[in-house]
Amino acid sequence: MRPKFQLLDKPFIERILGEAFELIEVPGLRIAPYVVELLQAGGIRVENGVAHIPEAVARRALESVPREFLLHDRDGAPAVRYGRDAVHFDPGSSCLNILDPETQKARPAESHDLIRLVQVAEMLPQYTAQSTAMVCNDVPAEIGDWYRLLLVLLHSKKPVVTGAFSASSLHVLLELLAIESGGADALRRRPRAIFDVCPSPPLNWSEFASQNLVELARAGVPAEIVSMPLAGATAPVTIAGSVVQHAAECISGITIHQLAKAGAPIVWGAAPAIFDMRSGKTPMGAIETVMLDVACAEVGKYLGLPTHAYMVAGDGRVIDAQVEMESGISAALGALAGINMISGAGMLDFLACHSIEKLVIDAEAIASAQRLIEGIEPRTETLATAMFAQTGLSGDFLKLKETRALFRKEQHFPSSVIDRGLAGPENAPDILRRAQARVEELLAAYERPALPAGLESEMIAFARREGPKAGLKDLPGISCAEATALANQV
Amino acid sequence: MPENPYSAMRQSIVDGAPDTASDLARQALAVGIAPLDAINDGYVPGMHAVGEQFARGQMFLPDMMASAEAMRAAMAVLEPELKKQGAERPNAGTVILGTTKGDIHEIGKTLVGTLLTAHGFSVHDLGVDVSAEKFAAKANEVGADIVGVSALLTTTMRNQKGVIESLERAGLRARVKVIVGGAPVSRKWADEIGADGYAKDAMSAVALARELMQAKQQAKTPALENA
Repeated sequence: MRPKFQLLDKPFIERILGEAFELIEVPGLRIAPYVVELLQAGGIRVENGVAHIPEAVARRALESVPREFLLHDRDGAPAVRYGRDAVHFDPGSSCLNILDPETQKARPAESHDLIRLVQVAEMLPQYTAQSTAMVCNDVPAEIGDWYRLLLVLLHSKKPVVTGAFSASSLHVLLELLAIESGGADALRRRPRAIFDVCPSPPLNWSEFASQNLVELARAGVPAEIVSMPLAGATAPVTIAGSVVQHAAECISGITIHQLAKAGAPIVWGAAPAIFDMRSGKTPMGAIETVMLDVACAEVGKYLGLPTHAYMVAGDGRVIDAQVEMESGISAALGALAGINMISGAGMLDFLACHSIEKLVIDAEAIASAQRLIEGIEPRTETLATAMFAQTGLSGDFLKLKETRALFRKEQHFPSSVIDRGLAGPENAPDILRRAQARVEELLAAYERPALPAGLESEMIAFARREGPKAGLKDLPGISCAEATALANQV
Repeated sequence: MPENPYSAMRQSIVDGAPDTASDLARQALAVGIAPLDAINDGYVPGMHAVGEQFARGQMFLPDMMASAEAMRAAMAVLEPELKKQGAERPNAGTVILGTTKGDIHEIGKTLVGTLLTAHGFSVHDLGVDVSAEKFAAKANEVGADIVGVSALLTTTMRNQKGVIESLERAGLRARVKVIVGGAPVSRKWADEIGADGYAKDAMSAVALARELMQAKQQAKTPALENA
């Protein structure tokens, strides 16, 4: 039996959806000029920049969304399954700071930090996907989105959770992915990336976000709505009320998306949080934030849609008991909730900071969560009596062939990040030291999965062509010799 | 009129009760209490208590919002009367407030504005999503002493630096102090961008503004003597 965690029953979800359908009609949603004609052609009344979506139109859109779809790795093999109760994890994205590996103090992230994080995530099977995890401060802001994607593509084979920073840059990211996939059609058939698209709470689809929805639908590249109600500030203070707002934002986004191209893949995603009434901050590790995540996903699953949530992030400023307690709890609950893609690992300080050391610690929490959802299997014909028939009352189970045959299935073996006493009772390094050692171990074992030379040189040439338009002089994170050699092959 | 009107006024602010606060203000005027006394001995101590309780973690943001609303309600009754009597409150300093370009979160900045107003500052609130140039233009127009720039997001926090640069370009930086705040903002960040101060909450922002005004006065005095 697959264990599950649920917070809402069917009548409660129906009530949430009932109010969400009400909200998308009255008061409706603020929308951008870009989608007015599209919505009107779909039978939606638009007045003064506000769309009033009838329930029937929204329900049709919800029905045309694919229930399942795949993201592929660079070799074209299926790697991430969105839909049903599949559970995957990826590192949190778009962070501005990193905890410096040496000083453990936050500082602005740069290209070399992103590459290091990608290399570590590439080596950890707990992360089925990469993310464009940081905003690289050594790259001009206006090209930061495609440049960081380029760095991920050059260093990883795994699928990527990414996003554009503006309406105009999406096509650049798609162009880059198409080069790697061997053309726009190949990208559509075997998408490697999924794009986060965020409505602005409450009930507002900006020009940038709606344009992204429409263009992703038309390109056939998956979109992931990341609706982020802040309970008590930009959304109702109650968890239930915020879940209603989340549902209304997702349903309206899906309506825009499916009107642009029915059947295009899209995910019911969330990054909600409570608004802390003392600090005004948005704690990702608060249990109510986790409850919001789970409840939002439950509504999406009830509609049969692929789901996403932002979890496994803690709020402390350094790697300490608080951030790991918060991250561990949400990893377990997110997995039990059957959320298809859970983003956020590695992050701390209210999503302001990434830590590669935390990423390897979180991988252990994720591995435990993954073991948890495997549940308890009978495995043997009698559960215990046959084994007792062999041992009697001697207690000598270690010798049994069943023990040897089954212990690997029953027990998950964590890495050296988790202290299971192997280092001896004295002088065992603390969790940070263990994590630092693990990072070094993974980096030493990492080998860059190089693209075929032709493709790689095409991507570098692309960066050489597009970068200088924004004032990029060299290519941070890509060694000069490497870049020149590759560019010369073009 | 309650037996101790000033205590009732104070309590109406602590309770966050706008109707009671404005009723008490009207009653006070009716029985001849000077509007400045009502403000200084009734309502401001209430706001002060709220700020202190907030700093101690005993009151929360929704409570602060309600108290700010009550304060505004009382001031709406008292200020016209104050003007009529030509007895305006001495200006503790002229402050421009706003949220950085791209940021639409106004709670923090609005609370700072309310507390500063309560403590005698003349506050010009430019609202949300304010460009660096607009901050500078308004500072020039009203002869601001302090510009307060708020940001809730790490992404929009960067624009606080732009406001300082804009004041520099406008040649105002020497006479205008810049203070920054918001959830992701820290003292370190304030130092990094060359701001004059950082406050972690609304009450500390009042203390900071007072300190800066005091420093400004002290800096001015010797110059006058020399002249």
